Amino acid sequence: MTETTEFEPKIIAFLCNWCTYTGADLAGTSRLQYPPNVRIIRLMCSGAVDPMYVLKADLAGADGILIGGCHPGDCHYQEGNYKARRRVIALKEILKSAGFDEDRVWLRWISASEGARFAETVREMTEAMRAKGPNPMKAMWAV
Amino acid sequence: MKISLPVENHQPLVALQGFLKSLLDNQIVDVILTPMRTPGGAVTPALVSDPALLEHADPLAPVLSVNAATWAGKVSLRKPHPRLAAVLRSCEARALVELTKMAQASLEDLLVVAIDCAGTYTPATYLNKQANSNAPLWVDLYASIRQQSEFTNADLRPACQICEQPVYENAPIRILLLESDLEQAIWIEIQDELGERLGWQGSAANGHSPAIEAYIASRKQARDQAFTEIRARLEGDEGITGVFAACIRCHNCMTVCPICYCKTCVFKSHVFDHDPMKYLEWARQKGAQRMPPDTMLFHLTRQNHMALSCVGCGMCTDACPSELPVGLVFRAVAERLQQTFEYLPGRNVEEPLPLVTFKADEWTEVGE
Repeated sequence: MTETTEFEPKIIAFLCNWCTYTGADLAGTSRLQYPPNVRIIRLMCSGAVDPMYVLKADLAGADGILIGGCHPGDCHYQEGNYKARRRVIALKEILKSAGFDEDRVWLRWISASEGARFAETVREMTEAMRAKGPNPMKAMWAV
Repeated sequence: MKISLPVENHQPLVALQGFLKSLLDNQIVDVILTPMRTPGGAVTPALVSDPALLEHADPLAPVLSVNAATWAGKVSLRKPHPRLAAVLRSCEARALVELTKMAQASLEDLLVVAIDCAGTYTPATYLNKQANSNAPLWVDLYASIRQQSEFTNADLRPACQICEQPVYENAPIRILLLESDLEQAIWIEIQDELGERLGWQGSAANGHSPAIEAYIASRKQARDQAFTEIRARLEGDEGITGVFAACIRCHNCMTVCPICYCKTCVFKSHVFDHDPMKYLEWARQKGAQRMPPDTMLFHLTRQNHMALSCVGCGMCTDACPSELPVGLVFRAVAERLQQTFEYLPGRNVEEPLPLVTFKADEWTEVGE
């Protein structure tokens, strides 16, 4: 048996209760296969994702951070996802200004019926983060 | 209307005190928030109800100890509130607009008296310089700008050295200190109705003087150079973690920030009271954990929460015991953020804060 040293990215996902989390659930109940690299945190709305949560994950060394919400127009609370979109745009601008890799943060609209899209998104993101390599924050103790 | 306030015996300060006094005497307002000179020489904002005490008012003193927008907010917010006149510099007036949008101030019954700013010193520098000067410090500052002889002054607060908005034009009363020959008369722009109540007859207002344009251009140049330098540090090997390496997370920058108003700030909450084993976990994850932890999280979160409303007053830089360029980093980030959202803090009280509003048809490619 050979020991594998291949880098496995770790992705933290903040998913809204009504769409993307339910979509992830559907992926599971449909027995769709997707990489086990994602750790899911359920929130009531993508609009409830304070940028601080994303920053905490990034600074702690998460290789990717996925924010999942309802498609525009479908928010359970009418407008939470539109506000999430603005926050993510601001957050990425701030990450870029700070010299961080803003492409480690993804925002995706995935509905409750899109189990396949959820599985595909996790696959896509896992491979993209694998290609990037480990988040340099993993080695930065002075943050 | 634009009026000319006569200056007698070459004492513009006395003329200004008289103008402020007229606001109380004519019962335009109940009380005035203005910089006041204390017996020791230090200048601090104070809320003045007794017209006689306005002989200590010193809006000309080039010193900024606090951003007085915070206090104008506290005196104006909840009803019943007094009719207040607040003598504010541009950065203070712009912060007040942002606080109003955040429901932390009310412009109802609040009369902003905006004074053109020639830059300010920290309280310590101000006292020190004033002790060694025969004339009030503002004399040279305003004269050098008016005569376009000297725009740079390395002793000014760092924020003032790169401030491109020395003038606030949306106030009901604006004291045009940068356009006036302070020895002779002080130009004041005042709302017609207010001017009439005070018994003035004025002419129509006109635009900036060439001196102001040159002054602003010089400040913009200094700003852009400072942005270039700090961005090179942020995006280079040092990175933001290097720039903030000496941060002791005292939260001074947050405490003095006029925009950071939250009484229940997450960084003061139990969220950051960690269990002992949590620290061990972190130390093991990265091999070591800086103490205090979460300094980067603190600064980046603060940028997320308030950089869009950052007016660049630079109180944060003055308050930093480690002398970190907090305000410059914030402004450099804020400039890009504000451009992205086409937002200028303090421009218009009717403009919604970018992160509490949205359009359905913007950035439609994001999330797909």
